[in-house]
Amino acid sequence: MAETLEMRWHGRGGQGTVTAAKVLADACLSGGRYVQAFPEYGPERAGAPLKAYNRISDKELRMHCPVTHPKVVSVVDASLLDAMDVTEGATEDAFFVINTSKDPADIRKAMKVKPGQRVFTVDATKIALDEIGRALPNSPMLGAIGKITGLVTLEHMLDEVKKSFGKKFSEKIITGNLKAVDRGYKEVREG
Amino acid sequence: MGKIAAVTGNEAVANALRQANPDVCSLYPITPQTDIVQRFASYVSNGQVDTELINAESEHSSMSAAIGASAAGGRVVTATSSQGLALMWEMLHIASATNLPIIMPLVNRALSAPLNIHGDHSDGMGARDTGWIQLWSENAQEAYDNTVQAFRIGEHKDLRLPVMVCMDGFIISHSIERIEYLEDKQVKDFIGEFVNVNPLLDLEHPKSYGPLILTDLYMEFKRLQHEIMGRVKKVVLDVAEDFYKLSGRRYGLFESYRLEDAEIGMVVMNSAAGTSKDVVDAFRDKGIKAGLLKPRLFRPFPYTEIADALKHLKAVCVMDRADSYGGYGPMFMEISSALYQVTGNGSGVAKPKLINKIYGLGGRDYMPEQAEQVFTELDAIAKGAPVKLVKDYIGVRE
Repeated sequence: MAETLEMRWHGRGGQGTVTAAKVLADACLSGGRYVQAFPEYGPERAGAPLKAYNRISDKELRMHCPVTHPKVVSVVDASLLDAMDVTEGATEDAFFVINTSKDPADIRKAMKVKPGQRVFTVDATKIALDEIGRALPNSPMLGAIGKITGLVTLEHMLDEVKKSFGKKFSEKIITGNLKAVDRGYKEVREG
Repeated sequence: MGKIAAVTGNEAVANALRQANPDVCSLYPITPQTDIVQRFASYVSNGQVDTELINAESEHSSMSAAIGASAAGGRVVTATSSQGLALMWEMLHIASATNLPIIMPLVNRALSAPLNIHGDHSDGMGARDTGWIQLWSENAQEAYDNTVQAFRIGEHKDLRLPVMVCMDGFIISHSIERIEYLEDKQVKDFIGEFVNVNPLLDLEHPKSYGPLILTDLYMEFKRLQHEIMGRVKKVVLDVAEDFYKLSGRRYGLFESYRLEDAEIGMVVMNSAAGTSKDVVDAFRDKGIKAGLLKPRLFRPFPYTEIADALKHLKAVCVMDRADSYGGYGPMFMEISSALYQVTGNGSGVAKPKLINKIYGLGGRDYMPEQAEQVFTELDAIAKGAPVKLVKDYIGVRE
């Protein structure tokens, strides 16, 4: 892992993108790592585009400002690809993870990424509908991000997702989410 | 070692209050502080603390209730932000002048108008002259650690003063960061049992609070308040030493970062200090001797210690996340005052050139590029460039 990994999430209000950033931070906490997770604060409206950020480092994180040069960009809602430039400021070797049913090669072409940048896709919404019964793409996105970044093992990510649900949710919801993480991890493809 | 967790600044501070197990918590919610009192109310409901909760109908009432409870006897906490602190204003003076050690996290937020919920220091700076001790915190860990230490400081027998623990709204209060908690028992032992001094509920020994004092003794009373403030620095340092033994984390009156051999320096508080430290490192890598001073104790202000830490520099920029319209930024006024008193050995002392930047008002992002701009300007001033504008704004659109 690079000294500090900076990541940006693009989602829409109500999809749980901020929660996903938090779960990732929790999952990365082990092994003495420093973590940050924070959204860009604005009017909070369901469906409105939002950004959230993660920093993960072996060193103490002192920077307290939005991430402007992310190494990883997670796009939880593919409709945002037409609404904004999700590649803005991304590093030359950035990873993009897009929730879409489209072919990763087509997405790569449409996004006009730089040669050193890599594009991954996962049909997180379909996985979520299959496994949870609702279009909540967090869990498969987390699985996919765990896989491509190598930040945490699948087992550890599963543990964290389970923990994040606590005691408030039914066994069925929790099991569905765990399956969704697992499928996200296994079904992410590179374009 | 305590538990390591990824939590928001608000959650960290709420846990410090839980571990202190106060007798009374008066509260009125306001963004971005709400999360603290909301969590605290759930600790009360869940029986995790023995605290009596007072839901007030305004912050003025919340502070009034805290004053009443504290005078009655017992450990008292509350928390607020922005307009809430502004509404408490007259009661803040009464809490401090009555020597009531109320502990109050202040989640720093801009003041209206225009209405803005985001982080800046206008609220805390406005409370500068209220007689409260103020501790400022860079991140969630410091906000937690300062809250724990605040009980020992405010309740110290030589002081008995209220303490405000400040952290940046949203940037720290709502962001998730890694922090290391102390164990509940460690905190309990560290801050100790609350010791009452002249409690109203000691009915065997009746006493009165809030007397009328006119021209005969008012001025003596006020001078005494200043004298008590003069004892704060020692208590803060003693408590910090004990806290270091407990936690391994060092605190002082302020933090010096790569300042000893520096030629240019920045004075900056709270979350922006962290961002600036990374830029200090980058300038050091380029061979420019940059350093940083981060005040922690803002009231009382450690003038001589800070002057000693800055006086060897060629140029200093004081960063203010609050403004005094028609005046310099509040921190700049303190640093200027501190450095003016530096006299040296009589052979003519070259004091640092001073500039003042207003930044980050109403939660405007403070980015590393802004710190780079400041250090670049300081480097030029240190090499002889004239100071063009003493006070200026950065990160602002033209």
